[in-house]
Amino acid sequence: MDLSPLHQMSSWEWRLDPAGVMRVPAVLFGEEGLIAEMDEKVLEQIRNVACLPGIVGAAYTMPDAHWGYGFPIGGVAAFDPDEGGVVSAGGVGFDISCGVRTLLTGLKPDDLAGCKEALADSLFRTIPAGVGSTGKIALDEIEMNRMLEGGARWAVAQGYGRAEDLDRIEEGGCMPGAEPDAVSHRARQRQREEMGTLGSGNHYLEVQEVSAISDDAVAKSFGLARGDVVISIHCGSRGLGHQIGTDFLREMALAAPAHGITLPDLELACAPIRSELGQRYLGAMRAGINCALANRQIITHLTRRVFAHFFPDTALPVLFDVSHNTCKEEEHEISGERRRLFIHRKGATRAFGAGHPDLPPTFAATGQPVFIGGSMGTSSAIMVGPTLRPEHAFASSCHGAGRRLSRHQALKQWHGRALVDELRQRGIIIKSPSMRGVAEEAPGAYKDITAVVEAAHLAGLSRKVATLEPLICIKG
Amino acid sequence: MQGVRLSSIEPHAELFPHGADVGVRGIGPTRASAFEQAALALTLAVTDPTGISSQHAVEVTCEAPDDAFLLLDWLNSLIYEMAVRRLVFGRFAVSIEGHRLHGRAWGEPVDRARHMPAVEPKGATLTALKVEARDDGAWVAQCIVDV
Repeated sequence: MDLSPLHQMSSWEWRLDPAGVMRVPAVLFGEEGLIAEMDEKVLEQIRNVACLPGIVGAAYTMPDAHWGYGFPIGGVAAFDPDEGGVVSAGGVGFDISCGVRTLLTGLKPDDLAGCKEALADSLFRTIPAGVGSTGKIALDEIEMNRMLEGGARWAVAQGYGRAEDLDRIEEGGCMPGAEPDAVSHRARQRQREEMGTLGSGNHYLEVQEVSAISDDAVAKSFGLARGDVVISIHCGSRGLGHQIGTDFLREMALAAPAHGITLPDLELACAPIRSELGQRYLGAMRAGINCALANRQIITHLTRRVFAHFFPDTALPVLFDVSHNTCKEEEHEISGERRRLFIHRKGATRAFGAGHPDLPPTFAATGQPVFIGGSMGTSSAIMVGPTLRPEHAFASSCHGAGRRLSRHQALKQWHGRALVDELRQRGIIIKSPSMRGVAEEAPGAYKDITAVVEAAHLAGLSRKVATLEPLICIKG
Repeated sequence: MQGVRLSSIEPHAELFPHGADVGVRGIGPTRASAFEQAALALTLAVTDPTGISSQHAVEVTCEAPDDAFLLLDWLNSLIYEMAVRRLVFGRFAVSIEGHRLHGRAWGEPVDRARHMPAVEPKGATLTALKVEARDDGAWVAQCIVDV
């Protein structure tokens, strides 16, 4: 990216002043190298986001931002319904409520020594992953509606997990305001056999070791110590969310002129929050969030079943569950005034700081855990909501390393089998149905995650707590 | 397009790079041919289409206000059929009248060992969405697909 149009506000913050039809500035987080490495399209897309009606404050990109569709991935923007603010299907993404859930095991790597391969095989057999995989739970229309309204609460009521899990999920495991009737027949059909499946692409289940602690007090409060084994599950709302995105992206693009919205680019398709279409999308999108929460809950249950076979005394409590493709109504302070805003986070994690009223009591003193996912051979990170500037970027942080190379480029550089063998030499077991998929997801295709995490930490978006290294990766 | 020999335009499918997702592009002597090739590019994003048999045929009909939305609807219909029927498609036939498309896709059930599908298409997007006739008479149909 050409840095010349940007003003450097600090070592970690860059600003594009409003010009032309931009309503607010664009703010990019990251040190100079990270920003320079970003595709020019990131700036073009966030500049376009800054032109949308009712946008408040600034349009932000996180340090892991990369070229998306509509909003850049790693994009954050807030809209005020009182000022004609909009909701955008492209600002949430197709994989609604894609997110990360981390489980504690109480185990150490030595405990896995005699059974690591068998454990990996069992996880791979039990948790459906990859294209064409199906779950064992088929929902009829009545149960589908209950799932879409209840999210993880529905899943727990069906016996997938424990009631205490719900305290460790955003929104208590159930997104209010879901409207199952707003979810199309096609979306329901796509979900029929996909409950409890990981999906493909960058989705995974990883068994990880806590390799470093950066904040002893917060780590202790989270139940983390150096050398602990944890499990992270990265997936979303599967076919149902994908179809909701498909349905509404089209409808919003076609309806924009009727809503008096001039789109800087068709891909920014959106609708006024206070319109029938905007409300219908919000209802469907919230149902999609519940689908993702139920999905991660079921995968948690399957994971526990596998671990119980090898380690009968492990309970695998949930540390927390975060979503990073959402639009949520939240209260934020703008120029000293508290306002209800609709915060789009696309490839960005909510990062409420200590004392935020929407946090579960467990995290009231620390702030919420923020999970930054790695890419098979690289580390992942656990961070926590900031203390110094809790409203920074509408309480948002990054979500992963962010791609450096396209899938196309990755495929030219790496071979799946060779990568799996190389990672095995490093003690990391990869199980995947597709070696081409592994090549496309090569660790080297992603940015340096430590630089992204450092940038988020120094920019005050979230604070470092722990570093995780992969031991086993079930790749979709 | 006077003087251009349309038969010299070889239909072909290609992928073009995008940050996290993938661009699909079809090129052909007619709009319908470009749509067929764009569908083949969609398969290319998932697996090698050459080994896919034609055991199953699926019919698709779409209607849209313009060519770009027609391409979007065509690709999204295929993504839907692939998802709910667990199929991969290797061959396509498209006819278009105005902005109404009738398509047929032939394929077979996903065989994970043989197809090694790399990614699951989530949906065709409005990004880089374009259907146009080039100066040489070739039609180009393309967009970014979220995977």
